Amino acid sequence: MKWNNILKLLGVILVVAAAAVMTVLPVIPGVKWLPFVNLIKQGLDLKGGVHVVLEAVDTPEAQVTPDRVKQAMAIIENRVNAFGVTEPIIQQEGSRRIIVELAGVSDPDEAVRNLIKTAYLEFKLEDGTTILTGGQLKNAVEGKNPQSGQAEVNLEFEPDGARTFAEVTAANVGKRIAIYLDGNLIQAPVIKEPIPDGKAQISPYESLEEAHNIAVLLRSGSLPVKIDVMEKRTVGPTLGSDSLNKSIKAGVAGIIAILTFMIVYYRVPGMVANLALVIYAILVLLIFAALHVTMTLPGIAGFLLSLGMAVDANVIIFERLKEELWSGKSLRSSIDTGFKRAFVAIFDSNATTLIAAAVLYYFGTGPIKGFAVTLSIGIMASMFTAITMTKWLLHLVAASNIVRNTKLYGA
Amino acid sequence: MRLRDRKPFHFVKLRKIWYIISILIILPGIISLFSQGLNLGIDFRGGSLLDLRFSQPVEVEQVRGLLAGFGLEGASIQRSDQTDFLIRTRELSEDESRDIVQQLNDKLGGVTVLRTERVGPVIGQELIRKAMYALGAASVLMVIYITWRFEFKQGIAAVLALIHDVLVVAGVFSIFQIEVDSTFIAAILTIIGYSINDTIVIFDRIRENILNKKKGEAVEDVINTSLWQTMARSINTVLTVEIILVALLLLGGPTVRNLVLALLIGITSGAYSSICNASPLWYDFKRLERRGRPKAARA
Repeated sequence: MKWNNILKLLGVILVVAAAAVMTVLPVIPGVKWLPFVNLIKQGLDLKGGVHVVLEAVDTPEAQVTPDRVKQAMAIIENRVNAFGVTEPIIQQEGSRRIIVELAGVSDPDEAVRNLIKTAYLEFKLEDGTTILTGGQLKNAVEGKNPQSGQAEVNLEFEPDGARTFAEVTAANVGKRIAIYLDGNLIQAPVIKEPIPDGKAQISPYESLEEAHNIAVLLRSGSLPVKIDVMEKRTVGPTLGSDSLNKSIKAGVAGIIAILTFMIVYYRVPGMVANLALVIYAILVLLIFAALHVTMTLPGIAGFLLSLGMAVDANVIIFERLKEELWSGKSLRSSIDTGFKRAFVAIFDSNATTLIAAAVLYYFGTGPIKGFAVTLSIGIMASMFTAITMTKWLLHLVAASNIVRNTKLYGA
Repeated sequence: MRLRDRKPFHFVKLRKIWYIISILIILPGIISLFSQGLNLGIDFRGGSLLDLRFSQPVEVEQVRGLLAGFGLEGASIQRSDQTDFLIRTRELSEDESRDIVQQLNDKLGGVTVLRTERVGPVIGQELIRKAMYALGAASVLMVIYITWRFEFKQGIAAVLALIHDVLVVAGVFSIFQIEVDSTFIAAILTIIGYSINDTIVIFDRIRENILNKKKGEAVEDVINTSLWQTMARSINTVLTVEIILVALLLLGGPTVRNLVLALLIGITSGAYSSICNASPLWYDFKRLERRGRPKAARA
C-alpha cells in the first residue's frame, strides 16, 4: 500500500463526487449558478414555445423585393418585442424566409397570427375613396373609454394625416367613415363633428389585451408584403416539462445500469471507468453551459447516447489491457501498451461518428442540429477523458497497490 | 488451448451463412419498401398535427364528427389516453386550426394544446432533398476516410455494411408502417457513424495483425482471429449504448420514441454487420482481386 497515492485517489473521488452533486442538486439554495445544469439553455421543445418559418410571397399588389423582406423583418421584430418575449430569435434564411422562435409564450398560435397580420389600416368614405392609411399613423395606444369603460385603441395621426383628417371630417359631417383593417370592416361611425386634432378611436374591444394587440400591430406598421407560414411547431409548456422529466428519468436509469454493468464485467478498471464516466458527464454538461448550447429533446438523447459511447473508449482500452496482461506483462507496462494500442482504434472509430455528426449539423435544422451538436461535443469529450483521465486514474490505482491481484484487472 | 483463445467457429469460412441471414432479414423490408413504402410523417409530406388534451374523456367518434364539419373526414385521429388526442390532417391555415381548436374546446370540453405542427409541402420536399444529400455526403466521406486510413476495398465493404443497416431500419419501419419524421434522418446518420465505428475497430485489429502475421498464415485466419479478439469489445460497446437506448425507449416519453427505436434497431444491426459482413466482404473483394491476377496468386 502506498498511502500518498491512496490519499490522492480518495481526493479525486471526493472532488468528483462534490462536483457531481453541484452539477445536479441545488446544494445551496438561492445560488443562481447551482446546480450547473440550470445554466444550460433549454430549447423550445423543453420549455414550450413556437418555431415558425415565414416566407414572403408575391401578390398582385406587392412583389417580394429584398428591401421589402428587410422591412417586414424589422416590423416583425417590433411586434415580437412589443409582445414582451425573452430572448426571441428572428433571423433571415435565404432571400425570402424569416425564422422566428419565441419561448414561453402562453398562446403560441395567437402570437404567430399576430406576427403575420398585414395590419393594413384604411379610413374610407361612403363613396369608397380612401382618405387615410396606417402609413400616416403616428401612434396607436390601447386604453379604456372613460365613460363606457370599454377597451379601445386610440389613434394619433402624423401632421399631414391630421390635416387631411380635419378637412375630410369637416366636409362630411353626418356621413359615415369606415375603418378597415386588412380589408375587413371594423366599424363605420357617423361623423358628428369635425376632428381637428388628428385623433380617433376604434372601439369596442372585448378586453384590454385584445386592444393592446391591435395597437401593437398598428404601431409596428403594416407589412409591405404578404407573409405566409411555411412551417410552424409549437410546444405547450405542459408537454415541454413533461418531456424533460421523462428524459431525465430515462437518463438516470440508463446511467445506473451502465455503471453497474461496468463494475460487474470489468471490476477494478470498471470502477475507474465509472469514475471517468462521471467526470465525463460533468465536463460535457459544463461545456454545454459554457458554449451556450441549446438543449433540445433530441439533444438530450444525443448526450445520453454519447454517454453510452464514452464507455466504448474505455471498453477498447480494457480489452487491450486484458490481452497485455495475458501475454505476461506487468500491470504498469500493460496499462501503457494497452493505451497506446487502443488509441488508434479509438481515434479512427470516433472520427467517423464525428463525420456523420458534422454532416447532420450541416444539413439539419432546429432540434436535429441540437442532436448533432451534443453528440459531437460528447464524442470529443469522451476521447479526451478516456485517453487522459482513465489512464491517469488506472495508473494511480495501480501505483496505490490497493488491488494487487491482476485477475481483478481482467486477467 | 486456453479458454480465452477459444474460437467456437470460423467467421470467414461461415460467411455465406451470414450473408444469407442478412439477405433474409433485408428482403422482406425491401419488398415492403417497394410495395407500401415508408409511412412518411408531415415533416416530409406536409400537413398539420394537433396534439390536444381534453379536460374530460372524449370518444374518437365525437372528434371525428366535429372535424367532418371542416371537411376533414380523412384526418387520422389517434387517442393515447382517455383525454389525449393526436390529430393529423392536411395542411391547415392559421385560421382553420384556430377555428378547429375553438370548436373542440366549446363542444367537447376544455382543450389544452400540447403541441401543434404545420409543415408546408415545400418544406417537406426540401427536407427529403436535404436528407438525400446528407446520406450521400456521409457515405462518400466515410469511404474517403477509410480509404485514407485503411484501403479503398475496406471502405467499400464498410459502406456495404452501412447500407445493410440502413435497409434493416428502413425495412422494419416500412413493414410495421411506423411513422418516419425528421428525427429519422438523425437516427440514420448516427447509425451510419456508429456502425462504421465498430467496423473500424475490427479493421484496425486486422491491420495490426496482418503486420505481425506469421509466414504462411492465411488472410482468412488472420481476419477470423481479429474478429474473435475484438468480439468482447464489439458486444460490450453495443450493449452499453443499448442500455441507454432501452431506458430512453421505456421511460423517455413519446416525443423521442421513434428516434430511439430507429437507433436501437440500427445499432443492433450495425453490430451484426460489422462483425459478420464487413470483414468477410472485404475478404471476398480481396479474393476477386487475386482471381483477376492469376499469376500473382500462384507466386
